[in-house]
Amino acid sequence: MKLVTAVIKPYQLDAVKEALHALGVAGLTVSEVQGYGRQKGHTEVYRGAEYTVEFLPKIRVEVLTDEIDVDKIVDAIVGAARTGKIGDGKVWVTGVEEVVRVRTGERGLDAL
Amino acid sequence: MPEAPTIDSGNTVWLLVSTALVLLMTPGLALFYGGLNRAKGVLNMMMMSFSAIGLISVLWWFYGFSVAFGADVNGFWGDPGAYLGTKTFLAETDLWGATAENPSGIGVPLYVFMAFQMVFAVITVALISGAIADRAKFAGWLLFAFGWATLVYFPVAHWVWGGGIIGGDIHALDFAGGTAVHINAGAAALAVALVLGKRLGWPREGMKPHNIPLVALGAGLLWFGWFGFNAGSELTVDSVAGLAFINTQLATAAAVLGWIAVEWIKDRKPTMVGASSGAVAGLVAITPACGFIAPWAAVLLGIVAGVVCALAVSLKYKLGYDDSLDVVGVHFVGGWIGSLWLGLFATNSVNAAISDVVGASDGLLYGGGLTQLGRQALAGVIVSVWSFGIAWVLAFVIEKTIGFRVRAEAEVEGIDIAEHAESSYDLSPAGGGTGSAFAMAGIGTPGGGATSGARPEAESAEPVSAKAAG
Repeated sequence: MKLVTAVIKPYQLDAVKEALHALGVAGLTVSEVQGYGRQKGHTEVYRGAEYTVEFLPKIRVEVLTDEIDVDKIVDAIVGAARTGKIGDGKVWVTGVEEVVRVRTGERGLDAL
Repeated sequence: MPEAPTIDSGNTVWLLVSTALVLLMTPGLALFYGGLNRAKGVLNMMMMSFSAIGLISVLWWFYGFSVAFGADVNGFWGDPGAYLGTKTFLAETDLWGATAENPSGIGVPLYVFMAFQMVFAVITVALISGAIADRAKFAGWLLFAFGWATLVYFPVAHWVWGGGIIGGDIHALDFAGGTAVHINAGAAALAVALVLGKRLGWPREGMKPHNIPLVALGAGLLWFGWFGFNAGSELTVDSVAGLAFINTQLATAAAVLGWIAVEWIKDRKPTMVGASSGAVAGLVAITPACGFIAPWAAVLLGIVAGVVCALAVSLKYKLGYDDSLDVVGVHFVGGWIGSLWLGLFATNSVNAAISDVVGASDGLLYGGGLTQLGRQALAGVIVSVWSFGIAWVLAFVIEKTIGFRVRAEAEVEGIDIAEHAESSYDLSPAGGGTGSAFAMAGIGTPGGGATSGARPEAESAEPVSAKAAG
């Protein structure tokens, strides 16, 4: 089993969700995060004082999946999240040892 | 034989409405300042305004009104016993401004005039709080508010409007509070900011406004209430009230344009904080002048005030004082601009009371020479020096006795939690854990309360679904 984690631009979330839904992904977890990559932050000016906002708002999407579907899922996220501009985000895959469905106690692939 | 006193219903209604309008400005100020402040100090900032409503209203009834508007004793204060809170006045016959020849005065009950002037005292004290964001002990603030109102606002209101030295002897003009309110509060704000020192991390750390829609809402309420402040200050319903009203709108509108123009050129983008601040700067500047200048001069004044105040708010970074929310840059500077403007543009052609009542002259541009400009400057200097001096001493004494500045840990953690044990925003679905309410109500331990609280919910879910199934 794998965990696909993506950090994307907030306004790309709907596109990513649609793309995953089209693949038949049954569930995903979304959180609001902040950070920066190569695009750094931006500046804001209040009453003549300049503030550098270093951490920009991003969305982190997490999907648990079977190993067979990993590449399709990664491609779907990358395709939907890409605007071509700096700051589009990253996607990475990590291994998962165990998954349990809380309601039934099912484990492993059955719990996905 | 003099006629019997009669109440003028037009004047009385307008002053009652104006009083309510001006009162709304202080909660408006709380929102304006609260939005400009950081999220961890919003409530303390708002509390300084709301506590000013509480404390100053009662002081005003008790002795403040007497000191400000009692019969002049020596040019410095009014007879403190004149309207002492222990006295009761007959609403039908005790009318403001009544004399033997004119027993009706302006036809407004004494209590209505007292209430109208009360809300001015309230907001003047509240204005100071913007300079000391996130670092003043609440008890220290209350003590300061009490001392400053007593030694500064009440006497200064007497100097300016109660027949004291500024209005009565110097013949300086101040329609609604350029000297008495804005220069006064601005000078005190600078003094307290200096005594308390800078916020930890200022100006290295970013301390940007946490909620700009609140700033806009606060500025809007201030603008709305300011019609009562300015047009109400005519005290009667007449053409000068109309002049003050239109001038208030014109100068404020022009100041919005002036402020955002500076931002657009200097900082590349016009901002909502700038538009809101420009509105307040315009309102401040037109305050002393609204009933004494022609509308074209009000437009010009608004532009100048918007531009100059937009530049003045950066002074604190150069000079190194942490006037957190720019009370000096907006109120002190704006108050000075409006007061001096009268020395240039005041004209009897819009309001004959300039010479007839106050004994003042036309401004420089209306052939009055430099006389009135000199009077306006002298009045500004007197109020600035007195307010700054007394505020500095008060703040210093409070700091050395009960302590005025909070501990560093409290400031880092956030003054809302440290001084008031509450927080502005609870946006997390978990609510930060609410079990302690059970503990305070004496129902089990916090942990036990949370568990037993969840159980009945699960049980009650069953009958509901059974009913739905049946």
